[in-house]
Amino acid sequence: MKRWLGSAVALIGLSMLSPAAAQTAVKPAIVYSTGGKFDKSFNEGVSAGAEQFKKETSIPVAEFEPSNETQFEQALRRFAQRGQDPIVAVGFSQAVALEKVAKEFPNVRFTIIDSVVNLPNVQSVVFKEQEGSFLVGVLAALASKSGKIGFVGGMDIPLVRRFQCGFEQGIKYANPNAELITNMTGTTPAAWNDPGRGAELAKGQFDRGVDVVYAAAGSTGIGILQAAKDRGKLGIGVDSNQNHLHPGTMLTSMLKRVDLATYNSFKTAQTGQWKGGMQVLGLKEAGVDWALDKDNEKLVTPEMKARVEAAKADIVSGKIVVHDYMSNNSCKP
Amino acid sequence: MQALTSATIELCDIEKSFGSVQAVRGVSLRIAAGAITGIVGENGAGKSTLMSILYGLYRADSGDVRVDGRPVEMASPRDAIAHGIGMVHQHFMLIDSFTVLENMILGAEGGPLLAGGLAAARTELARLAREYGLSIDPDARVADLSVGEQQRVEILKVLFRGARILILDEPSAVLTPQETDRLFRILRTLKERGVTVVLITHKLREIMAVTDHVYVMRQGRVVAERRTADTDSEELAELMVGRKVRLDLDKALPRHGKVVLRAEQLSLVDERGVRLLDDVALELRAGEIVGIAGVTGNGQSELLQVLAGIRPPSGGRLTVGERVFDARHHGSPAEMRTLGLAHVPEDRLRQGMVAAFEASETSILGYQDEPPFTRHYLLDGSAVGAHCSDLMERFDVRPRSPGLRSSHFSGGNQQKLVLAREIARRPRVLLVGQPTRGVDIGAIEFIHHELVRARDAGCAVLVVSVELDEILSLADRILVMFAGRIVGEVEPGRADERTLGLMMAGAQAA
Amino acid sequence: MRPAYGPLPAWAEITLLPLINIVLAFLVVGAIVAVIGVDPLHALRLLVVGALGSPESIGYTLYYATNFAFTGLAVAVAFHAGLFNIGGEGQAYIGGLGCGLAILALGRWLPAGLMIPVGIAAAALFGAAWAAVPGWLQAWRGSHVVITTIMFNFLASALMVYLMVNVLIAPGSMTPQSRGFEPSGQLPALPGSPLNLSIALAVGCCFAVWVFLWRTPWGYALRTMGHNPEAAVYAGTNLRRMTMLAMGLSGALAGFVGVNELMGVHHRIVLDFPAGYGFAGIAVALMGRNHPLGIALAALLFGALQQGGAELAFEIPSITREMVVVIQGLIILFSGALVHLPRPWLQFLLARRA
Repeated sequence: MKRWLGSAVALIGLSMLSPAAAQTAVKPAIVYSTGGKFDKSFNEGVSAGAEQFKKETSIPVAEFEPSNETQFEQALRRFAQRGQDPIVAVGFSQAVALEKVAKEFPNVRFTIIDSVVNLPNVQSVVFKEQEGSFLVGVLAALASKSGKIGFVGGMDIPLVRRFQCGFEQGIKYANPNAELITNMTGTTPAAWNDPGRGAELAKGQFDRGVDVVYAAAGSTGIGILQAAKDRGKLGIGVDSNQNHLHPGTMLTSMLKRVDLATYNSFKTAQTGQWKGGMQVLGLKEAGVDWALDKDNEKLVTPEMKARVEAAKADIVSGKIVVHDYMSNNSCKP
Repeated sequence: MQALTSATIELCDIEKSFGSVQAVRGVSLRIAAGAITGIVGENGAGKSTLMSILYGLYRADSGDVRVDGRPVEMASPRDAIAHGIGMVHQHFMLIDSFTVLENMILGAEGGPLLAGGLAAARTELARLAREYGLSIDPDARVADLSVGEQQRVEILKVLFRGARILILDEPSAVLTPQETDRLFRILRTLKERGVTVVLITHKLREIMAVTDHVYVMRQGRVVAERRTADTDSEELAELMVGRKVRLDLDKALPRHGKVVLRAEQLSLVDERGVRLLDDVALELRAGEIVGIAGVTGNGQSELLQVLAGIRPPSGGRLTVGERVFDARHHGSPAEMRTLGLAHVPEDRLRQGMVAAFEASETSILGYQDEPPFTRHYLLDGSAVGAHCSDLMERFDVRPRSPGLRSSHFSGGNQQKLVLAREIARRPRVLLVGQPTRGVDIGAIEFIHHELVRARDAGCAVLVVSVELDEILSLADRILVMFAGRIVGEVEPGRADERTLGLMMAGAQAA
Repeated sequence: MRPAYGPLPAWAEITLLPLINIVLAFLVVGAIVAVIGVDPLHALRLLVVGALGSPESIGYTLYYATNFAFTGLAVAVAFHAGLFNIGGEGQAYIGGLGCGLAILALGRWLPAGLMIPVGIAAAALFGAAWAAVPGWLQAWRGSHVVITTIMFNFLASALMVYLMVNVLIAPGSMTPQSRGFEPSGQLPALPGSPLNLSIALAVGCCFAVWVFLWRTPWGYALRTMGHNPEAAVYAGTNLRRMTMLAMGLSGALAGFVGVNELMGVHHRIVLDFPAGYGFAGIAVALMGRNHPLGIALAALLFGALQQGGAELAFEIPSITREMVVVIQGLIILFSGALVHLPRPWLQFLLARRA
């Protein structure tokens, strides 16, 4: 993962680092979501982006892990008061707090991930998870022999349904007769961190004939992917590239580049190119993608790869429009 | 195996305090080998604490225990057992669903007999039973044995572990007079076979009947030592209490008034279908004390509960004053109270009071909704306190501290407080369960006196007690209960302990 | 059995003993902090200043204390009735739902003077109802409240997620939150901190719970049931009804967390606002000896630790969120569970002096 991240960041870094770019002093900070820095999910992705920035620039990044939602506002305000800039707020639950604090500190730059706050000093980064999920859905349908494909989500919230909905569209695109079996791990935040239950749900799906399962459930996914390996079924990882977890049974991973968003926020602030407003990162912007590396190259035949790449090109060009669950709270357009 | 003759035990200058309370103060006594030594004293005199020190349950603050003149360490019951000391507790430590034999080997781990298996234990048990006349079926389930037989199992268990010195703590509390007699015969046999017996009791009759030697304890000290042959009950009572005590009760003849409580065909069947009360009929008249005699567990407790409205009857009718209750329309305790029925429950700690409450709070239990305690939906603390002070004054409850936790009063003072609460309401019917259980002689005298006064004031009093002496001296009429039925009625003048005892044991009387 | 230690003088019991406990706790915490390479005095200063050093931090401390007071009282009321209510979390959740629904439905029409009491009443009602179901199950069906209240926490959570995701979500919103409350449904708050009028409600609840438990016949009967159910039956108390009353009151108190969080801070229905306050209430009640005054003090301590701990994590990167929990846990351990630890020494010292 580090290797992959390193090369990706280096690429982007190079593209942005025009030699003449002015270097200004920045004091970046991150307020994580209540899931905590080491959630094996997107908080950890953010952390990885920050680490990369630190390594490259030797600029310290201040971090805070709130233990409850009230601390969002408190932490954002304290960072702003201390002169931290830019400040990355991780997770949609910080939107309300960020809106309040960003108004109080119009000269401080904020970045919020997974939500939108319409203020000039706020950069809102959202991802088209449905597009990435569509691609892995295509791959799942092509790889499945039984025609039954599983989805195990974390906590049952609209965001996870967006993954599920995109995945479903991808499956139907590649194989209209394929069947999708969906389970959510739970209804509390604990659902993001319950590998045991994830494994149980996955095994349940395998018993019903599923042979490819998509784990969109944070740390819970560790259990799901392990179960897939134990049963000789195929697993699909999420957020970061999880292919290395079980080479040979990991079909692919749906990449959501929060590390990139974090790194970009800090880096652009340093180079003076930071811009407020909304960034929707889809396939086109390389904000989401599917992972193909040496760990899964044996599982992906050239034909499969061609189909997925074709779909990707169609989405980028706008030929295929992947419906977003959250646009109407339904998986039907 | 232990030597057949037992050792002489000496306790020298034993002191033991619990916090600021000094339970045992410089006690020295000698338990002669091969004799029966009695230790008598009121509740809280320190008898049980002293024996717990001997048995290794407590550690003395100072002083030592000597076996045959040598000081020994009694750090745990294990040490005591190693020195041949065994204890039969008031509450049996048997497993009901095991057989006698299984109970025997339980806890005797590490002994050579366990390795030999059950067969060896069986042989040993047979030998003990022969030697001490303690016949018991080794394969009987403990649950199927009578209380007296269970006690014999306890004694056998202690002997089985090689004890030659037997401490018995209030052994007769759960027995009928006949069973008590049988126990005494066993104790005498044990003595003949060289076993040393220590009998802890507050019953003078038992001391006189069976001991060779007696120590009297009061307030943590040994106040007297007598050869039993050289003393009598009156002297021992005086030594125990520290003043002259009248053990007989002087009372006028009852003036029978009208019937205030009537039970007809009252029955109670529990969830498992066991018949606890069976066709009970009784009448209580104003101005009389009716005593209910019986061995514990023959329905007396349930009768009190049904009469007090705590448990609904399964059948029959209950008339209190003008109100008629039956299985379908049964009264609640609160309803019974409004009808003028007061109830001093058998187990005051479990039912009659709340240990953690202040005395003043306990003094209104059951009456908390009534004025003057509650006015405008609020409890009036000063009214409650004044009420409690008044009760304490009238019933001589000590210490006179309404703010003290109820559990910090002695048993006798707790009982006086509960009794005061119930009598102070001038009830028409007063139900009293075990009025003097765990109460010392001084308080017994007082409580009996108050019950008679309530009777003379026109109250109908129902007394349930396992103390036959108490029933005989208090009651104007005696009903005997056995197996949930009232099996006979006796006038105290014409009753003697033997006939009552036979009725209590289920033998049909005239 | 009499305890092995005698009573301490009352003044020592309420001042000296807690003080020694806190000092002991800080010594142990200091040692641990020193091990991870942080100057203990610096950490202590940050903790105290973070909790009490500025109006804003005092505001946060009091705001947290408000929640802890509500859940602590909730646990205590049930505890006095002999019931172990560990469902404060769910009751707070549903209480918040109640007040949120009331405001969403009526906020447009009612002025603040009416809306606020109605919102508070709705929180109490919903919280009470959510706790009454386990109460009913125990009273009539014999299912233990410890089990059922835990299960009801999960039910509450599932119900809230369902409602927020599918029903109450603000149209067009990316996140599962309801639309914002009208100003009439927002409690007046101190600017710059989440401290709001709920704290007055908490203080009122402390007093009301004290009056109820020790100055009314129902409180008397409730405590009797808690200490000795047999005595309560003897005294004529209907245990079933009393169980329902105790659970209902307990749930209502827990439900007030919803008032503080939603009417006071978030001004909309959000997910997960109980954030563990319901469980922490057990520790608050234990530490406060189940007495409202003790609970108020314990709630302040918990609030200060929560706020000071956050500041600590903020200022010293090597003290992580988990480390803060360890520190809070140790302080609670010493001032709660190990409270009797220094008692014999203290008795010895005082006895020698006397």
